[in-house]
Amino acid sequence: MERHTTDSRVKGVSTGTTILAVKFRGGVLIGSDSRASIGGSYVASRVINKLIQVHDRIFCCIAGSLADAQAVTRAAKFQLSFHSVQMDSPPLVKAAASVLRELCYSNKEELQAGFITAGWDKKKGPQVYTVSLGGMLLSLPFTIGGSGSTYIYGYVDAKYKADMSREECLQFATNALALAMGRDNVSGGIIHLVVITEEGAEHIVIPGDKLPKFHDQ
Amino acid sequence: MAASVAVAGAQHLSSVSDLVPDWARQEVSTGTTIMAVEFDGGVVIGADSRTTTGAYIANRVTDKLTPIHDRIFCCRSGSAADTQAIADAVTYQLGFHSIELDEPPLVRTAANLFKEMCYRYREELMAGIIVAGWDKRRGGQVYTVPMGGMLVRQPVSVGGSGSSYVYGFVDSNYRSGMSKEECLRFVAEALTLAMERDGSSGGVARLAVITEEGLERRVILGNELPKFFSA
Repeated sequence: MERHTTDSRVKGVSTGTTILAVKFRGGVLIGSDSRASIGGSYVASRVINKLIQVHDRIFCCIAGSLADAQAVTRAAKFQLSFHSVQMDSPPLVKAAASVLRELCYSNKEELQAGFITAGWDKKKGPQVYTVSLGGMLLSLPFTIGGSGSTYIYGYVDAKYKADMSREECLQFATNALALAMGRDNVSGGIIHLVVITEEGAEHIVIPGDKLPKFHDQ
Repeated sequence: MAASVAVAGAQHLSSVSDLVPDWARQEVSTGTTIMAVEFDGGVVIGADSRTTTGAYIANRVTDKLTPIHDRIFCCRSGSAADTQAIADAVTYQLGFHSIELDEPPLVRTAANLFKEMCYRYREELMAGIIVAGWDKRRGGQVYTVPMGGMLVRQPVSVGGSGSSYVYGFVDSNYRSGMSKEECLRFVAEALTLAMERDGSSGGVARLAVITEEGLERRVILGNELPKFFSA
């Protein structure tokens, strides 16, 4: 029963990856590993940052073809800043997610990239959205993505609780990412985390030797 | 007329046939979740109960925990036909061997018999098997024989299509030195989480405990499974 991964069919550099975003009390946390691979066997980069800032309090993380993801996020960043100037206010997280969705859906034949968007805005507070490969948009309390996410569905289903504190959420996300990186060969490196609240965005990096260890290590 | 049409188009006549539904042309598979854990004094094994032919659930109350000997079981995943055939062959071989020896067989022997067959016929077979049981020499043991025919002993092993989803849970929740009750709860939780996410796993959770004393089987029905948050 081989696990089927879409990432192995991506041409060129792929973020065979593990990404996640979780809502907690007062904010959101978005996180990822740092490995970019080609063909599933060569690590093109072991420290890339997959958390892209599309606006002050809106981040998105990418899975799939790195080229496609970079092209889409550049276009989205532009559209969003233009929209923000027109509205004379910071954009809604949902607006950012919708822009990505429009791009993914209209170009679904050519593109192979999925996104998780998370952020904070004044209207609805902390939010998490996922835009899948074909361009579906979904709002969720937490979401995981990328090839490594398969291995942690059980873990996040068991461990997630609504309305966690910031520390609990950090621990939850770090453990989940570390477990996925331990089982998925195209996820690895270090953990990047961004915590977004009303105050702003804080970037946390957890280097490889400080990752949580589990029983078989 | 009819004869010439039949000859010329024989290869394409039933390419989009309505005579046989889609699922009837798929092989029967135990797309599945199976698991086994060692504890001091025995093993706990578990499996879901769904057998599928494509999208159709051929059997929703399957028993994938197959006895090979009094204190040795195997958990089957992959092609239902292949695993049943292999299990039958190994049961025969092990029974014969046990009579020759005039004592209960070792779990390692059973595992090796599975490995021999799975490795020799690796191109033809689609079978992932976990062998678990108790013997006097080494106590509770779990051996995994995945597709391809490798053999390795592990304190905890998961297999089948649903296993991908619970690697993270198993890695984080397993500790050595768990009691029988803790192992039962661990296996039930892991099976439940896998069944929630894997379309080819579901139904009831079947568990079994094998110790020196004997065998104890349990069934946890769908509505009695542990509950978790679901997005």
